[in-house]
Order: sequence, then structure tokens, then C-alpha cells
Amino acid sequence: MTDTHTCLTAKDFTSNQEPKWCPGCGDFSVLQQLKAAMAELCLKTEEVVVVSGIGCSSRLPYYINTYGVHGIHGRAMAMASGLKAARPELSVWVGTGDGDALSIGGNHYIHTVRRNLDLNVVLFNNEIYGLTKGQYSPTSKVGLRTVTSPSGVVDHPINTIALTLGAGGTFVARVMDRDGKMMKEIFKRAHAHKGTSIVEIYQNCPIFNDGAFGPFTDKERKADTTLFLEQGQPLVFGSNGSKGIRLDGFKPTVIDLEASSISKDDLWIHDENDLIKANILSRFFDDPNSTEEFLPRPFGIFYVEDRFTYEAALDAQIDKAQEKGEGTLEELLAGNSTWTIN
Amino acid sequence: MSDTAILNKNDMVISKTSVSVLFAGDSGDGMQLTGTQFANTVAVYGSDLNTFPNFPSEIRPPAGTVAGVSGFQLQFGTTGVYTPGAKFDVMIAMNAAALKANLNNLHHGGIIIADSEGFDAKNLNLSGYGEANNPLEDGSLNDYTVFKIPVISLTRQALAETGLSIKIIDRCKNMFVLGVLYWLYSLPLETTIETLQSKFKNKQDIADANIKAVKAGYNFGDETEMFSQHGRFCVAPAQKKGGLYRRVTGNEASAIGLAAAAKKAGLKLFLGSYPITPASEILQTLAGLKKWGVKTFQAEDEIAGVLTSIGAAYGGALAATNTSGPGLALKTEGMGLAVILEIPLVIINVMRGGPSTGLPTKPEQSDLLMAMYGRHGEAPMPVIAAMTPVDCFYAAYEAAKIAVEYMTPVLCLTDGYLALSSEPMLVPSPDELASITPVFSPERKSDDPPYLPYKRDERCVRPWGIPGTPGLEHRIGGLEKQHETGNVSHDPENHALMTRLRAEKIANVADIIPDLTLDNGPEKGDLLVLGWGSTYGAIKKAVEQAREGGLDVAHAHLRYINPFPKNLGAMLGNYKKVLIPENNCGQLLSMIRDKFLIEPVGFSKVQGLPFNEMEIEAKITDILKEL
Repeated sequence: MTDTHTCLTAKDFTSNQEPKWCPGCGDFSVLQQLKAAMAELCLKTEEVVVVSGIGCSSRLPYYINTYGVHGIHGRAMAMASGLKAARPELSVWVGTGDGDALSIGGNHYIHTVRRNLDLNVVLFNNEIYGLTKGQYSPTSKVGLRTVTSPSGVVDHPINTIALTLGAGGTFVARVMDRDGKMMKEIFKRAHAHKGTSIVEIYQNCPIFNDGAFGPFTDKERKADTTLFLEQGQPLVFGSNGSKGIRLDGFKPTVIDLEASSISKDDLWIHDENDLIKANILSRFFDDPNSTEEFLPRPFGIFYVEDRFTYEAALDAQIDKAQEKGEGTLEELLAGNSTWTIN
Repeated sequence: MSDTAILNKNDMVISKTSVSVLFAGDSGDGMQLTGTQFANTVAVYGSDLNTFPNFPSEIRPPAGTVAGVSGFQLQFGTTGVYTPGAKFDVMIAMNAAALKANLNNLHHGGIIIADSEGFDAKNLNLSGYGEANNPLEDGSLNDYTVFKIPVISLTRQALAETGLSIKIIDRCKNMFVLGVLYWLYSLPLETTIETLQSKFKNKQDIADANIKAVKAGYNFGDETEMFSQHGRFCVAPAQKKGGLYRRVTGNEASAIGLAAAAKKAGLKLFLGSYPITPASEILQTLAGLKKWGVKTFQAEDEIAGVLTSIGAAYGGALAATNTSGPGLALKTEGMGLAVILEIPLVIINVMRGGPSTGLPTKPEQSDLLMAMYGRHGEAPMPVIAAMTPVDCFYAAYEAAKIAVEYMTPVLCLTDGYLALSSEPMLVPSPDELASITPVFSPERKSDDPPYLPYKRDERCVRPWGIPGTPGLEHRIGGLEKQHETGNVSHDPENHALMTRLRAEKIANVADIIPDLTLDNGPEKGDLLVLGWGSTYGAIKKAVEQAREGGLDVAHAHLRYINPFPKNLGAMLGNYKKVLIPENNCGQLLSMIRDKFLIEPVGFSKVQGLPFNEMEIEAKITDILKEL
């Protein structure tokens, strides 16, 4: 990202391969915003690597004209970690899904998050297995009927944001596939953040789980079911900003601003650097379809923390070990204790 | 072992060509440390040397019991030292349990140096002998030469004036025993004194106490009447090639081999790894080589170990991962990815007894077929097997060379026996090491034709185009790739072509590996003993002894298992019979039969123990009788 080259356009980040996603898939929007963000960040195609696992979303690297590796199921985070540790100067992005990152790759996910390598993770969550044709995923809602849950899912779903915060995440965000503008801005913030950035995208699968996020996208309902987080701003939602959230001790409470004397200034002010509040926000996870009283689902940046990255700490150790010069091959071969035979 | 007696003025010195010693005691007695000190001394003295630790898999087993016995075995000598010795000539037994656990491996008539104070009622009961049956007193050891030394009393006596606590003084008892042994084998104390000085440089009183204990033990040997009728021994230094030496275990050698390969290739070494017995020392050693720019990544699991390495290799590092059997099983999917990505990767598998957790601390050679065939799909990969602790260095080095120059994952097999054994290594000079030449695709301009990441050279090797290079932007993955472009392809003919090209590339590695040479014996004859891996020392010794006995037998040892050396088939045809001893149920045998359509004789040992030369010599004798 130097000023010495003209910035590329989103088109320059388009590869010669035709995306093979289904018509209407939420993945198209992510691809478009990602390329636009890379262009706006003035990245060079040769300095970017997109790493993925397996699943519909993991086809992402093929469609971006940068370096890319499409790996094996669940292991994108591990592969990206090795690449970033070896080559810290590269801009490494991970494309992964709810099955890839949270089921088969769950272990790599939590450990990558805690290590805090500077990776930008785009986690496509469609609450279903698409590529294998419609089995339920670890984020599917209880009761969802699929080919492998004909009587309804009985697994309690993973709350991605809570899991990520629990694992020690330093950049935790959620965005809706159709909120292109917000997505692009969050991608840019994720890139700027030095550490593992997790961007969970609610992505609609029109074939196997159409409308999974309907409660948050339906025109009539979304004002009451969604909450957009803005740094330094009060938590306000509802049509015309008629509702707000206030913290009553540790208990978040919905306030009807029109019916009460509480003003916006008295509401919970979003502070993306407050881990305790972020943890509470992550628990805004009610299903508006199954309960009358629910907290709105937050979108935006939950939490940001400035913490050292794994690769910088490792490089610092190497620099220190090499303070008096790098070891030579002769020294390596001889080791610390030798003797001579004449 | 030809022994000659020389009468000195004061004592008799018996010259020996090689001696095998076992240091055995309770886990807390410091036997590993004592054995290591002795090994360093004989190494610097110029002996040939081979050591092997034998410790319980539990970290703190009950003190005084047979389960808690820790041993350190070594053989040193003037010639013919290829193993730590099948049986010991001398056993140091610090307590009753140590004697009980190891007596069956002491040569008939061998020497026992026993700490008589480790044979008190408590120790006799814990060991299972029972307090009424002290083997030092009841005549049951009459066939051995037994020296009973009250080690604790003598150590306390020697260190009485140091002012140190009894607890600290008692910890010096192993140094007292070491001193006795130095006297008995006419060895100098300097190496140990220097080591103690540097180890305790900030605790001078401890250093002094330990040094005093070693000297006291040595002087005890001089003064006591105990040894006078037996004399002492002398083992002349070996006729070794002159030069600089260091002592390495197999695991250390593997680690240094990788680091040296990276240096020689001008690459950065990256090791993604998860701790596992008996392979962890490779990760531990490399973690300490930051001065050489080595990056180690202790991953969350075995799978991440190999996948982080694949990521690093994609980025242009010399990448490696190390493990043992259960871990290799977990890495197989990742190894298949490395095969189809065609990127360099070294996998060091330190084999142990299996299946499952099996015998984690015991060696076996039973992962050979998994190394060869244990991946889904057609996924051939070069396989190299190290034959000695020092050879672990060269095997890892060569694995790295093949990986980088052929753009392929390479499996390097060692085992728990090699991993923990040590021997002197003639330190090579950098110039003596084979060149390793990575070729990175150069930058391309926008009007150059498109980059073809899977365009192969005449050896079927594809180029290494690494991120950060302008003009090479490309996408690769685990899906089958179109010939040359590397784009995803499901075309049937293309898959057949790519499968064939990947196999041809591995077969072409045979062009740079040396012909198999005989280690011993005639070029044609009755019997060839074909070994691989850590059986080298036992087979070598067995064949030497059989040949001394007039038998027509030869020995060749395979290091390159995939592909085989080009002359292997012809060599096998020169003998009436081929014997393949393996610490498995006949895995190499199966490969040889499959490839060359011959029927070798197998000889299996799956006891979690290495072969000894007597077993192999007996087998050779049996086969030749039947011919």
C-alpha cells in the first residue's frame, strides 16, 4: 500500500473464472464487496492471498485475481496461519463457512482467534450445508428440518460472536449479506486491524435455507429485530429510532423511547473497546420467530482490541536472537559442544 | 572382544575392544544425567559410542519399584560399536529394583556395581525381592562379579566438610558412582569436571560438591581392595576419521538436518508441529534455533501442524512437520493436499509401537506401509528412512532437497530407537553438503503470456510461484487441476494425465538417488540381508560376525524406499536368498515381493524392542543351513 502505484479497481481483482454459485446466492454480494474493499484499500493483487477451506463459500479464492489457495475442509485457518507466520508482509484473507470454520474446523478457529495472527476472516454463515446439498450446520436453528434432520434439528446452535469473544478475539463483527455498504466498510476496518479479524456474514442460501435470516431482513420486521452498532452512539433501533437499549446492571433492557422519559443520552452507548459490554451484546441472540420478547440482533463491530500479533511477537524473538548476527551454517552444524580427533 | 591382560606395577589393566554399560536406578537417581556424562567423556576420549536411554513412560512412577527404574545404556569401544549393545557387560544398580529389572540383560559373568544402601529392607520390599532375599547376600549372583559399594555413606563422608545439607549431598551420589566407573575404565575426569563447572557456574558450592564426589569415587577405586583381584580395564580410542565431532541423538540430528537444508537452500525453515512422543525433541530443538531464523509453530493439533506447514510452503518457506504414528494418521489428508498442490514439504515420522497409542516410548518400524500407501487417492510420495542417529541428519537433509527440487511432500522415517539413541557425528563442513536449489518463478510483466503454475519441466516438476511476486497471481487448491493452467478441471482425460504426471515425477526422483551399495559381503552369493531403518547396527554386527564364522552372507541397507534405487532389482537377483529383518510383520518384504516378484525370507520382531545382533546372526545361520 504505497503511494507509488495507481490504485487498482474492483474489476482488476476479478479473475478469469466464472463464479459457480447458484443464482441469488448471498455469496455474490460478499465477492463484490471484498473486491471493492481491496481496490479501495489500494492493495496490489500480488500482495494478497485468499485462503479457503471447503464449501460453497470456499470457492472464493478462484474468483479473485490475487494469489489463492483452496485447501481442505476446515483447515483454512491453519493454512492461513502458517502462511502469515512465514510471510507477515502479505495481506492474508480467509474465506470460510459455518461448517468449515465452526464444525470441522472448530478447533483451528478458536486457536487461530486466540493467537491473533493478522488475518481477515470472512465467515459466510448460511446456517446450512450447501455444497453437500442441504444438511443442517452447527449454526442451524433448533427445529430446522433438513435431509439429515427430518424431524427437526436438536443441536443447540453455535453463537459465532460469543464463541469468538470467548476465544479471545480482537476484532469481532457481524454483517448481513445484503448490507453491501456496511460490509465493505467492515472489510476495510478488518484489514486495518492488526490481528485476527472475524467478520461473520449472515448469508442467505436461496436453495437450501432460503429466508433463514428473514426476521432480520423482512421489511416489516427488521426495524424491530435488528440493531446497528455505531461507535460512541446510543443503542437505538425500531422504526424512526423509537426504541433503545439500556443496561440495568448487567441486564439489557428494551426502552420504548416514545413512551418513557428516558432520553437517548441515557441509553447504552456503544464502545467497541469494552469487552464486557461486547460479551453482553453477543448474547443478543434471541430468535424473533420463537419468542414474543426478544432483544434485537446486533450488526456491526462488536469489539476491537489492540493486542500484539503472533507473527510480530515471533519475529521479535528472532530479531532478538539475531541481535549479534544471524547464525551461520558452520555454527549450526557444530552446535555447542564439540571435540576434535586428530 | 579379544581381551589381553597386562600386569602393571600396581594393578592389572585389562584391555577391551568394546564395553556395554547400563546405568540403572530410580527415576530420581539421575541416571540419564550420569550416563550422558559418561558418554561425553568416552566420546571426547575418542571412543566409538552409541547410547540409548530406557525410562518409564510415567513421569513420576512410584520410587523404588521396578516400574520406576530409569536406565541409560551405552556401548563404547575401539571398533564394532553400531548399537548400544544387545546385552550389558557392566551394570550399575543404584537400588534393588534396578537390578531386578535389568539382570536378564546382563551378560553371564558380567559386572554388577551395586549401591549396597539401595538394597535395604524398604528397597528390597518395593522391588519385589522381599527383605529376606537380598540378592547381594544370598548367593544368587554368584555367576556375576559383584562390587557392593555403600555409595551414600561414602558420598556423605567425602562431602562432610562442604557444609551442604544432607539432601544436597545425597544428590551427588551418582557422581561418586561415575568416578568409580572412570577409575574402572581408566578414563579421565576432565570432561565431567568442565561440564559441572559450566552447568553450575552460578552455584559454585554445588559444582564443587559434585566435582569432589566424582574425585572421591575415582580415589575410592584407587584405594579400595575391592577391585584388586579383578583389575581395571582400558578401552583404546577408536581409529576414527580425524575432524570435529559432536554427539547427537537422532531427533537432534533430524532437527539440525532440516535447519541446515534451509540454510543451504537460502530458505527460511518453518516447522508446524504438535508435541508427541517420541518426536517432540525435533520441535524442541528447532524452537531453540531462532538465531538461525527458524520459525516453529506449536499448533493446536497434528492436522494444523501439517496445514500450517503447507501454508508456509505456499509462501516460499522450507516447511516441515514432525510426528509419530497417531499423528501421521491425522496428517494424511493434509499430505494428500500437499501432493496435489505439488509444494515442498518434509514430514518426519518417528515411528513407535502401534496401533493406536500402542507403545508410545518404544520403537517399531510399522508405519512403512502407511508412509507408502496411507493416503486416499493416488498420492505417491518419496519415502526416505534413516539408519543411524547421525543418518537422521542426512535423511532429513536429503528429504528437504528432494522436496524443494521436485516440488513434492517427502516422508522421512526414523523411529523411537534412533530418535533417542546418540552417537558421535563427524561435523560436515557446509561445502560437503549437497546443494539444494529452489527455483522461484520470476516476476512477469503484464504483456507476458499468462503464468502457468502447472507447466512442468522435463522431470515433470512444476514451478514454485510465491505470493508477493508481481504477475504470478494464481489460484490453486485441492480440486483436480487442469494441466499447465492449474485451473479447476473435472475433465476425465485430464485427471488421468495429472495422475500419471504426479506419479512420473516421483519415479523420476530415482535419477538423483545413488545406487544401493553393499555394506558388507560378496556381490553374488548365498544370502543377502536387506535391511532398512534402525536395524542397521544390529544387522551390520550380525553379518560381520557371521562372515567371521565363514558364512556366505552380504548386507545392504535401504535408505530410499520410494522410489527404490535403480539397481535394487539386479542386486536382489545376485543371491540365492534374501532375508529382510524388520520391526514389523513384513512390510518391506511385502513391497519387495510386490515389486520384484521374489519371495524373500522375513524376520519379524514386534516387541517394542530393537533387534539384537545375536537374533539376526542365528537367523542367518538357520537359513544358510537349509540352503
